[in-house]
Amino acid sequence: MIDVKIPKEKKKGMIINLAGVLLLFGVLVVLCETGMLSNYIKGILMVCGIAVIMACSLNITVGYMGQIALGDCGFMAIGAYTAALITKAMESGGILVGAGAPNTLRFLIGTLAGGILAAVFGVLVGIPALRLRGDYLAIITLGFGEIIRVIIQNLKFAGGKGFSEGQAGQALIGINRLADLYVVFWIVVLTVVILFTFVRSKYGRAIIAIRNDDIAAGASGLNTTFYKVLAFTVSAFFAGIAGGIFAHYIGSLNAASFGWLKSTEYVIMVVFGGMGSLTGSIIAAVVLSALPEALRSFSEYRMLVYSVALVLVMIFKPTGLLGTYEFSLLRLFNRITGKSGKKLADKKQEVK
Amino acid sequence: MGTQVSIFIQQIINGLKIGSVYALVALGYTMVYGIIRLINFAHGDFIMVGSYVLLYTIPIMVACGLPAWTAIILAVTACAAVGVTVEKVAYKPVREKGTKMSALITAIAMSLFLENLAQTVFGASPKPVGTIFSFPNLELAGIKLNGNTMLTIAIGVVMMIALQLFVKKTKMGKAMRAVSEDGEAAILMGINKNRTISITFAIGSALAAVASLMYCASYPQATPTLGSMLGLKAFIAAVLGGIGIIPGAMLGGIVVGLVESLTKAYIGTLTGGVITSAFSDAIVFGILIVVLIVKPSGILGKNVGEKV
Repeated sequence: MIDVKIPKEKKKGMIINLAGVLLLFGVLVVLCETGMLSNYIKGILMVCGIAVIMACSLNITVGYMGQIALGDCGFMAIGAYTAALITKAMESGGILVGAGAPNTLRFLIGTLAGGILAAVFGVLVGIPALRLRGDYLAIITLGFGEIIRVIIQNLKFAGGKGFSEGQAGQALIGINRLADLYVVFWIVVLTVVILFTFVRSKYGRAIIAIRNDDIAAGASGLNTTFYKVLAFTVSAFFAGIAGGIFAHYIGSLNAASFGWLKSTEYVIMVVFGGMGSLTGSIIAAVVLSALPEALRSFSEYRMLVYSVALVLVMIFKPTGLLGTYEFSLLRLFNRITGKSGKKLADKKQEVK
Repeated sequence: MGTQVSIFIQQIINGLKIGSVYALVALGYTMVYGIIRLINFAHGDFIMVGSYVLLYTIPIMVACGLPAWTAIILAVTACAAVGVTVEKVAYKPVREKGTKMSALITAIAMSLFLENLAQTVFGASPKPVGTIFSFPNLELAGIKLNGNTMLTIAIGVVMMIALQLFVKKTKMGKAMRAVSEDGEAAILMGINKNRTISITFAIGSALAAVASLMYCASYPQATPTLGSMLGLKAFIAAVLGGIGIIPGAMLGGIVVGLVESLTKAYIGTLTGGVITSAFSDAIVFGILIVVLIVKPSGILGKNVGEKV
């Protein structure tokens, strides 16, 4: 009985979620094509998208694994520089140059490569760093992040105009702004879907078990080191992807902007939204990225207000505003059509 | 050859100078960590608070006909007040309700708060701090000894000895050691835990004020982010020596100072220009990573097994 029942519900959920995403994309396309969105608003949306990827991926480490990592921007920097240098190299080599599809493809290849290299570094950093936990892990990731930043700053080929005319200590300039809002939208959707399935998979459950009790998880036969490094690597991969998008949106890169203070901004988003809630991360990332733009005079006091709010959240709701709550379109749909969540749960009980 | 040696000695002295600043700041980290097991990220920013107090009080002191260094009294008071306030307002409620993780996030938030408050109040641009000491330079066997540098090192040593005596010999120091050993048991022995923690914060922050005096004597500039890097390096020093251990913080501070000064001077020639002095921050963080991986309890720390 159960075997038949659950996939049906799952299928329904998938259809509803797909419809929701398509609807959202439809709204975006209509708004863009009718010219209702200025380039300024599009820029804000792009920043929101990057923040969503960063916050959701960081939530894997901070929320689901329960360990603060302050070096996420180091991985973002690796992704950004790799992606930028690859698209630059492809342009000078005349590979996949041209408007439309070739541009998008080049952007995707660069960004994916950035993500992969960031993931490789995630493994390399994660294996030694994840032997520690708590405040020591926070400090060691901060250390690795800063080392990555200093090294990139001193790499000749990562400065100036790139490979051929590189200069250490300079910003990398002249990156083509290939990041297209539609493409970025789908990357964001894909990221959220992958992360969602990841935390609900066997791997995600193992990571949550490790957060709840490291030693008990190990005693139950989980290879805790493997799962910790896996979570860290997944975080690093998507940070690299976000970096790749950032590079092709902003057009020039400066290693100094990937310091640990930038990392703490993303940690703030995760903590605000709820440690262990991807919905929370998405909302917090969008709100905290858009708010300073909406209230220009506020942006000066932004960090001051955030830090006070952060302390208040920690005092009154230590797990973050949404805790571990996840929004579900399926549940909403069921509630609207009269099948309340409670009834469904009762039904499941009966079936058992 | 003679000049080579004198340059080397000069670098050692420079290292000792910045090292004694790191050591004083590291003492603050170590004391707080020892007592409540929290990395006080805001500790570096107490130095920043101290330097701004010095910036504004030195002219007043000079106008009153007092020597400039008397401004340190006000700086110490202000820093201790800020330290105790941060503890009472932010750390204490979180400590009572939340987890270790929320305490750590609160510490990061307080650091951001102090930095951004300073930026709003004083502006982001660096401001020059008045002259604090002006000692004549000594010359000893061809080595120039900067008077301020020697005084900085001397103050550092005196402060460290005084703190060590305070913790080992006085009743309050005994209470601190008791609370860091076992907070609950200390309460049962009639120790006022909250008061002890407040006093620890006050002393730690006062040390940060002294460190700001020593720092500003060599680098006379106040910026909102002055404490950020300085605090991180001092934290590395505390971890290197063994966090929670007072002599460890001193040792760690001196080692980090020496390593920094010597790598800045020699790394370029030693590696044939592959790694330049621009890497010095990365090298200090590299030390931290090596220590944390090889011996997380630090040079002077003992390995403690984890209880289930």
